Amino acid sequence: MSALLKTYSPRRVPFGAALRRRTPKTLSGRIGLALLVLTLTVALLGPLCTPYSPDRTVGIPFAGPTAGHPLGLDFLGRDVLSRVLSGGLSVVLYAGVATLAAYAVGLTVGLLAGYSRSWLEPLLMRLTDVLLAFPALVFLLLLATAFGRGITGVVIATALIQLPPIVRIVRSAALEQSLRGYVEAAVARGEGTLSVLRREILPNIARPVAADAGLRFSWSVLLIAGVNFLGLGLQPPAADWGLMVSENRGGIALNPSSMLVAAALLGALTLAINLLGDALAGGTE
Amino acid sequence: MTATLVPTAAPTSPSSFGSRHPLARVALRRIAGGILTLFVLSVLVFLATSVLPGDAASAILGKQATPDAVAELRHAMGLDRPLVVQYGKWLAGLLHGDLGNTAAGYAAGGRSGVWDQISGKLGNSLVLAATVFVPVLLLSLVLGVLTALRAGRWLDHLVTTVTLVPAALPEFVLGTVLLAVFFTWLDILPPVSFVAPGASPFATPETLVLPVLTLVGVTVGPATRMIRAGMQEALLSDPVAVARLNGISEARVVRRYALRNALAPSIQVFALIAQYLVGGLLIVEDLFGYPGIGKELVDAVTVHDNLEVQSVTMLLATFYVAVTIAADLLVMAVVPKLRTGGTS
Repeated sequence: MSALLKTYSPRRVPFGAALRRRTPKTLSGRIGLALLVLTLTVALLGPLCTPYSPDRTVGIPFAGPTAGHPLGLDFLGRDVLSRVLSGGLSVVLYAGVATLAAYAVGLTVGLLAGYSRSWLEPLLMRLTDVLLAFPALVFLLLLATAFGRGITGVVIATALIQLPPIVRIVRSAALEQSLRGYVEAAVARGEGTLSVLRREILPNIARPVAADAGLRFSWSVLLIAGVNFLGLGLQPPAADWGLMVSENRGGIALNPSSMLVAAALLGALTLAINLLGDALAGGTE
Repeated sequence: MTATLVPTAAPTSPSSFGSRHPLARVALRRIAGGILTLFVLSVLVFLATSVLPGDAASAILGKQATPDAVAELRHAMGLDRPLVVQYGKWLAGLLHGDLGNTAAGYAAGGRSGVWDQISGKLGNSLVLAATVFVPVLLLSLVLGVLTALRAGRWLDHLVTTVTLVPAALPEFVLGTVLLAVFFTWLDILPPVSFVAPGASPFATPETLVLPVLTLVGVTVGPATRMIRAGMQEALLSDPVAVARLNGISEARVVRRYALRNALAPSIQVFALIAQYLVGGLLIVEDLFGYPGIGKELVDAVTVHDNLEVQSVTMLLATFYVAVTIAADLLVMAVVPKLRTGGTS
């Protein structure tokens, strides 16, 4: 009986397979994937292969490129290559943590709210309205005033800002699925709420939710990098691509690569996510 | 794709009596909602700048300050009074157009009004924003309509790709690249946009070029895309199909039937750009040292001038909310069917 009912459930396409099948079709999608792999490799493996300590002064500030220091030195005479290699981890890590935290809470609340069709909606609408009445960056600045500078507050704030829209997206997707026949069938054969959510609804909303998560990650990267650039997030002497652009501003004439390489890698990362997102969206149209 | 996820707007049916001015009613409701939102925001902003650690008085005087000096400054700033009283005084001031005094002014022993501090910078930012708006408006309208008419051809792909790249970059990354090109290599533009206090930025137009280029680069892509989508939708609509079937020339169809319908969504596009600029100006003004309201806010946050931060934040939020409501109402005025809540 249950096997019979089960066949009503729409076929599930594993997300990984869908991703592999879709991405390389367009040129911009391929470029996006290549850029993403490149920047993530630099960000994640870079800290392991720095030629110098990223915090050690090794020469004259803003000295130009030499054989020993192919990208020259920064405003404190530290090796730019070493700092570029170590500066990506924080970019990916903090944006990733903020997005994951927002999604862990948002997915749970959104699924429950969508499935139980609860009173949560008006509250969420109001909350989102209030948050939307504010440029995100101004909100972060306000919180920086409240908590003082530091990356912890920035990560928490970034997650908080994203939470209401995530809940809304998950909720409406879950609500739409919960009215389908296969969910009714699952309830009829006695599946518990948790099981219905996890085994029936979640797999069927996975794709739009994953696409949204990707864009939110890119948005987190932009936002956190912006705050770091303004000097209100990560504090020196941390090596971070956003911070490096900011702190080496005085040397754009003397050693442009002290700013440009970090800026280029940060730009490549956000560009890659956007290109990939476009390719994915184009594939579903 | 996200369209399927957006819940359809609940039909807010007009009362059975109907109304002779549906737009006026919607306007009243939206404005009331906006005021309520701003009120909630004012509480949040006040709490964030007052309750949490980082008392403005001790932050301004620094760690070496004697407790007596801190107490005296707290008294002068009114920080020793109950929070409700402080909030009421601040809100009453805001409603009367009084933004209060800066904490920095108190610390210097006198008083300096937030408005006196920011009015010139607000003007500079408005000049910058207006200078960004004109090229974005023209470029995105022309490119958006052109790409919609040539959808899927090489021109479409070229424009879409070229405008996507700067839009995907963080503002300061794009600005840095432009700095390197126009200052370091070509040496034709100044790296810092110095505008003398009281002087108009137009007196030194070269200071505007790099900030404007950066902001135009970031916004023109999304704006073009949205106008392209609106135009494409209009080209596929029934009236356009009927007009074509009636043998009306394609040029006239585009001009009279499609363009007009495509214009409504583009109002939203420009509202979105105006809202984006509130945040975008923060970064770009800081990067180029342009003396505007964005840099002023960043500086106030940096020196913990909580009194200035809360007033400037509310000012920006009010602008933001006002733009949202104005754009919605304008769209409703142009597209009558939206007035009843999407019963098309």
